[in-house]
Amino acid sequence: MHTILSSATTTVRIGDDQPFAIIGERINPTGRKIFQQQLRAGDLSRVEIDVKEQVAGGAMLLDVNMGTPLADEAELMRQAVPLIQGLTDLPLVIDSSIIEVLDAGLAVYQGKALVNSVTAEDERMDAILPIVKKYGAAVIGLPNDEEEIPEDPARRLELVRKLIGTATGKYKIPVEDIVIDPLAMPVGADTLHPSRTIETIALIKAEFGVNMTLGASNVSFGMPDRHTIASAFLPIAISAGLTSAIMDARSPQIVRAVKAADLVLNRDEWGANWISAHRAAQKAAAEAQAQGTT
Amino acid sequence: MTTEELLSDLYDKTLVGDKPAVLELTNAGLAQGLGPETLLYEALIPSLEEVGARFERGDFFVPEMLIAGKAMAGALEILRPLLAETGAQTIGKIVMGTVKGDVHDIGKNLVNIMFEGAGFEVIDLGVQVAPEKFVAAIQEHKPDIVGFSAFLTTTMPMFKANINALNKAGLRDQVIVMVGGAPVTQEYADVVGADGYAADASAAVVRAKELLAKRRATAGV
Repeated sequence: MHTILSSATTTVRIGDDQPFAIIGERINPTGRKIFQQQLRAGDLSRVEIDVKEQVAGGAMLLDVNMGTPLADEAELMRQAVPLIQGLTDLPLVIDSSIIEVLDAGLAVYQGKALVNSVTAEDERMDAILPIVKKYGAAVIGLPNDEEEIPEDPARRLELVRKLIGTATGKYKIPVEDIVIDPLAMPVGADTLHPSRTIETIALIKAEFGVNMTLGASNVSFGMPDRHTIASAFLPIAISAGLTSAIMDARSPQIVRAVKAADLVLNRDEWGANWISAHRAAQKAAAEAQAQGTT
Repeated sequence: MTTEELLSDLYDKTLVGDKPAVLELTNAGLAQGLGPETLLYEALIPSLEEVGARFERGDFFVPEMLIAGKAMAGALEILRPLLAETGAQTIGKIVMGTVKGDVHDIGKNLVNIMFEGAGFEVIDLGVQVAPEKFVAAIQEHKPDIVGFSAFLTTTMPMFKANINALNKAGLRDQVIVMVGGAPVTQEYADVVGADGYAADASAAVVRAKELLAKRRATAGV
């Protein structure tokens, strides 16, 4: 099953026979106090650096979150989307918990975006899915409801059933446009969390075969050497059926782990991507050295 | 084991989150005739404060903080009935919860443990707590303080929604509102009309005590 996303000029396919879809997480003011202050002052200049760094790192899509306290988030999203689309051809993920912000971002977006996100709560589905349908976008669905983030993978699967049932039935959204987030929680809070996520991925893959994404940085939250943790977690999750992650695309270590997983799981025929990435790195290193000696 | 050795051992075992040892030492201390306050204020609380300080410095990580908290919570279960018996009154009651739409609870749980350790009665409503749930809990438990926790910039607006709900229910004057969470700032707390904010769990307890003392002084209690 392929989830097809696009900008005005570029199409990205997410699927289990495709290279793993790296979604850059960086355009997000959460935990970035200086960026928050800039956004509050209407200054979006930092976004340009974030776009460049993530594109250079290997991002295939970019998540855009403008959630800034004491700011007009809808207006920021309305400005950020065309700004970013002017800087890169990568398709975007419009990320907000506020419905008006999603609508504002989708209204100005060129192409087919991914919406982040909707939960399995009736109220949220009834508010967000019509917007997804209206713009012909795809959507990330989270298997939690007003009661809980269920720990039990079987319970998460039930909520996925509810989500997919409502989205495809009531709102006529094609199943390939639903990307499920199996929920990744910090290994530091409970060392069983990643196993539960991986079990959930396998259950969802077996029953629905839909594409899946998750916030990979959640897993290593509060732990030292976070990149190594992500580099171990992602290939295991990919092997279980994860086809995308919202992750730190600026980390060569994590990106290379994902690319190696593509290779060993037969999503990189004859290792062409792996080898060309190696050549590009060699060339960049040689150029850097040449510059250093002149 | 001398009293000094026992307290120092209890401090060390709490610091590394060795719950079985903490429970054993707590019971041993009581058997030796140490008062529950002594165990609490001369070993458990200083140890957890050190855990918090190490975390702030980046020397301790989330799992270490959680197991230390769990060890401390285990000791508190033994001590709580005894503290009540000795007439040590709870210094205040707090209703706590992570706001609607937000499921992050690591920070909130640590704040709870620090509050309990400091002698507060904590009623934890869990995560994704809707405004009407906070209102109902305040009506039922009549706390001195209500604490709202949010980890996401996107869920912080629920502070205001919660405060509006308290206003509407006529409860705003009856309870001190404290807010916190990673993205929260003093400025934001002021804008939404909270009474107090603190950057970390130990600071939250200090701030809560200040606010409580101020309120009690004004009320003439």
